[in-house]
Amino acid sequence: MPRWWKPASIWLLYAVGFVPAVWYFWLGATGQLPGNAVKIFEHLLGTWALRFLLATLAVTPLRDLFGINLVRYRRALGLLAFWYVLMHFSTYMLLDQQLNFPEIGKDIAKRPFITIGMACLVLLLPLALTSNNWSIRKLGSRWNRLHKLVYAIVLGGALHYTMAVKVVTVEPATYFALAVLLVAYRPLRPSVMRWKKERRAQGAAPVASRRMG
Amino acid sequence: MPNKIPRIPSSEITPEEFYFNRRKFLGGAMGAAAASLLPLPALAANLDYKPGPYGTEEAWSTFADITTYNNFYEFGTGKEDPSNRSADFRPEPWTIKVDGLVSKPTTLDVDDLMALGLEERVYRMRCVEAWSMVIPWIGFPLSKILDRVEPLGSAKYVAFETVVRPEEMPGQRSILFGALKWPYLEGLRLDEARNPLAILAVGLYGRTLLNQNGAPVRLVVPWKYGFKGIKSIVRISLVEEEPPSTWNKMAPHEYGFYANVNPAVDHPRWSQASEIRIGEGGFFGAARRDTLPFNGYAEQVASLYEGMDLRKFY
Repeated sequence: MPRWWKPASIWLLYAVGFVPAVWYFWLGATGQLPGNAVKIFEHLLGTWALRFLLATLAVTPLRDLFGINLVRYRRALGLLAFWYVLMHFSTYMLLDQQLNFPEIGKDIAKRPFITIGMACLVLLLPLALTSNNWSIRKLGSRWNRLHKLVYAIVLGGALHYTMAVKVVTVEPATYFALAVLLVAYRPLRPSVMRWKKERRAQGAAPVASRRMG
Repeated sequence: MPNKIPRIPSSEITPEEFYFNRRKFLGGAMGAAAASLLPLPALAANLDYKPGPYGTEEAWSTFADITTYNNFYEFGTGKEDPSNRSADFRPEPWTIKVDGLVSKPTTLDVDDLMALGLEERVYRMRCVEAWSMVIPWIGFPLSKILDRVEPLGSAKYVAFETVVRPEEMPGQRSILFGALKWPYLEGLRLDEARNPLAILAVGLYGRTLLNQNGAPVRLVVPWKYGFKGIKSIVRISLVEEEPPSTWNKMAPHEYGFYANVNPAVDHPRWSQASEIRIGEGGFFGAARRDTLPFNGYAEQVASLYEGMDLRKFY
């Protein structure tokens, strides 16, 4: 693959990542979303935010367990999740509540699923702001600690979705299960890595002895 | 009680939508002809009816919105599931059993219902999810059926039941994530059921109900949230105790038995103070309007609840 492909593919991911938002905004703005267009758009943005969050968290296990290395796309996936959460909230604030701040304030304070959603957006802010090489260098190991917040955010986001629906159907249940699974993998990771290392050592040993013999 | 007949006759209001939707009907009819060997949903037929009271001057929601943006969990939880997944449903033949604490229990078929004298009722429909429509129902007062079966003095409530047909209703088939318990149940106090606003609808927009709207017969109680309007009814029973109501049993703190439209009592997860009128305003400046007590029918029904704490009996 040519050398320019790597950086270009990241920009391509950003471009493709925004397609659902742009496409549905176009449909909504031109009156092509049936029924409650604003709600459809709002929910679509939320669902995509959750998808990008899950994709961000899937990068590490994919590499550990299947040898698929997508680390170079992780920042883009995380930032796409952030932009979708921000668009999701903006749609709620501008198009749905039409800047009715007393109502918005009441929603955030009184309704647990909205409180949780809002908390996730607030927690995402420092992560988005530090998603650049300069911050990584500057913050050192503190950067890693800070970005562990994403585990709370993905669980909060999945919970927000599950609590928002009238009945828990397959879709929210699946998102919630994936979020739990991806977060639960983290404490198991040292064991997985140790097991892999041991297996590799065992696999290498006979080769070495054969060579010696 | 004011018997307001809409100033503009319905024939003056409809044409635009009707012409728009006529194509859809023609398309459906041609499709039917082409695939006449396959089992097909009953196509909407024209109904004979007269104009009825309690009209509104608000614009009617379009036929397309009324028939594609639905909550009818028997066909799935998505808004478009009822229109997309109800083709297998057979609303004919159909009977409704009317029994319980009555002197003359009976079983009615759809022809019996049609013979009760149909009228058009243009009602606002306020969903508990904070959206609303204006729907030109065709139906008859529920009291006509109650009069026929003669409730006993001990009858205090009316219980309603939806059909259970998992083979025709995909939403009733899911086991692991079954949305609700079937059959769907609803109930009214007897005096609510006798209120002249309460109707059983067999049609809308001048035609028989489509499957997604609760064919062949459904309840319409416009001062209550939409979920009270139980669809595809197979049984109406007069009972002494408050009957179960599906959403109330499922989440009692979110959905009350009465479920009267009340802007002062929020749903725990959203405000009920305002609503989006489907199909108006569009994407920017969507038509959010204030929700009215009893959905604007306080004059007709507020007296039913005199002395009741509507925060407690939501």
